[in-house]
Amino acid sequence: MSDISTKPPSRMRSIWDSDLAYSFRRSPVALVSALVVLVLVLCAVFAAFLAPHDPFNPATLNLMNGFTPPNTNNAFTGDYFVLGTDDQGRDVLSTILYGMRISLFVGFAAVLLAMILGVFLGLLAGYAGGWTDTVIMRVADVQLTFPAILVAMLIFGIAKGITPPEYRDQMAIWVLVLAIGLSDWVQFARVVRGATLVEKNKEYVQAAKLIGRSPLAIMIKHILPNVLNPVLVIATISLALAIIAEATLSFLGVGAPPTKPSLGTLIRIGQEFMFSGEWWILFFPAATLLALALSINLLGDWLRDALNPRLR
Amino acid sequence: MLAYMIRRVFQSVIVLLVVGLVAFSMFRFVGDPVDNMLGQERTQADIERLREQLGLDENFVVQYWRFLEQAVQGNFGLSYRQGRPVADILVERLPATLELALVSGLIALIGGIALGIFTAIRKRGIAANLIMTGSLIGVSLPTFLIGIVLIYVFSVELGWLPSFGRGEVTDLGWWTTGFLTVSGLKALILPAITLGLYQMTLIMRLVRTEMLEVLRMDYIRFARARGIRQRSIHFRHALKNTLVPVITITGLQLGSIIAFAIITETVFQWPGVGLLFINAVQFVDIPVMAAYLMMISVMFVGINLIVDMLYFAIDPRLRVDRKGGH
Repeated sequence: MSDISTKPPSRMRSIWDSDLAYSFRRSPVALVSALVVLVLVLCAVFAAFLAPHDPFNPATLNLMNGFTPPNTNNAFTGDYFVLGTDDQGRDVLSTILYGMRISLFVGFAAVLLAMILGVFLGLLAGYAGGWTDTVIMRVADVQLTFPAILVAMLIFGIAKGITPPEYRDQMAIWVLVLAIGLSDWVQFARVVRGATLVEKNKEYVQAAKLIGRSPLAIMIKHILPNVLNPVLVIATISLALAIIAEATLSFLGVGAPPTKPSLGTLIRIGQEFMFSGEWWILFFPAATLLALALSINLLGDWLRDALNPRLR
Repeated sequence: MLAYMIRRVFQSVIVLLVVGLVAFSMFRFVGDPVDNMLGQERTQADIERLREQLGLDENFVVQYWRFLEQAVQGNFGLSYRQGRPVADILVERLPATLELALVSGLIALIGGIALGIFTAIRKRGIAANLIMTGSLIGVSLPTFLIGIVLIYVFSVELGWLPSFGRGEVTDLGWWTTGFLTVSGLKALILPAITLGLYQMTLIMRLVRTEMLEVLRMDYIRFARARGIRQRSIHFRHALKNTLVPVITITGLQLGSIIAFAIITETVFQWPGVGLLFINAVQFVDIPVMAAYLMMISVMFVGINLIVDMLYFAIDPRLRVDRKGGH
């Protein structure tokens, strides 16, 4: 009988045994897409170490290397490029690694902004009720009438008009984060508000009120942890959408500038060479973007199903 | 019913007023309008005079009211970039966008309903499963990549269809159409598919879900028991009852088709209002941005309103509910 331990299981052990982790281990789609996302994120984070060349340092660029096809040595210089080079002799693999870093950064930062803003406004609307609720949700309704990408373009245009021309290239990344983040908060706010309306009548909230905790503390310390599950799902799906939105804006020429190209900017550049036969300048960035967006989307789908108790 | 309609119209007007406020604020606070209108050689007196002329010395509410008056008459001033009245430019560009939106909307609706019915009826078939998997990938694919792939296959490799522009257009005086020439129709194919594909997958998945739901209902089972032919069950009994949500979503998607036309028009250099808007954003051409915003919000709000009204026309249950409630 001595092998029955009364010690509580370790933290790692309890995570491993949780329903979510079990469902994750059993889903091949989730495993594969998580692996793809992990590899791509690591590649982006360690771009500086992994990239074979420094594509943004004019000193190491050689125009003679321009238009080298993938997996060949350049005819003039003899330099080798796995995925070829673009018109300016920049290594395509390296530009993708650095570009992915910008895409992922904008995606994560924008979702974080949308999440903080949306969760806070949703909690406020649900908990405070009354005219606070009315004002916040009306604004949300108006914004929801317009597709997010349009709102993001508009915010980008306005922000561009406000920043002085000499700072525009530097600020472009932050303007993108702001534009995409502000265009996406409504989803979070609506879900959190709905959950808050349910939670605020429960006994633990009444108890917290009774012992005199401030409304802010009740919202953040007590209600917030109980409404986080759906927020997590929306955040994952939003991340894929934000990365696609960033790529779309950059592709349209209202996003990351060519001096700091994201995946979308690279696709924009590559599109010019589609007709002249240099397919690799377009193909590899596009394939990377697709892999990234698809695997995050699949992960989000899985998470939604796994966290939804009705589907079990 | 009447009270509901009046409330909806009232809400729509509020939305338009808020959007108008946003557009007005853009004029007022992004860059200095006086600065944009006067050239390099200006005196303080010039600035003062123009300020007075434009009414910039009045208070905010009065200025906003003036702006609304002008906007209702379609007057948004001159484009900073082209120096022509914004309204003229918009009217000139609008036919291209509307024709594109119309054709891609039809593609989405017809293709979406047909595929939706097919995948619902042959739920376990291989073809249906392939279509469903394909649609999942289609949803993750950014619109501009679809356009690029189509250009690569049909313009670069096969050389069948043009990759940019509208082809030859016929000028009807107040409307330019690409429907009447062969090159115009050929130029329309790729952009229309690009724009319609995403909406098509949405409509398809919706029709499939609704159809599966309806096919489980008792009245379908009774219809089967009565020996009515399969075809008639699927199309006369089941399809009819899936149409309400389909019409709502399609109506709402019409708005996003016009918005997403921005992306498609840029990929194919299609000379519509979307391309105009994106160029305006690039060059911070505020009057064009503001006018586009107002135009598109009138469309969106109008479409939403019409869809809501259509509910009543299509679904008799709603009418009964309302009457019973009051």
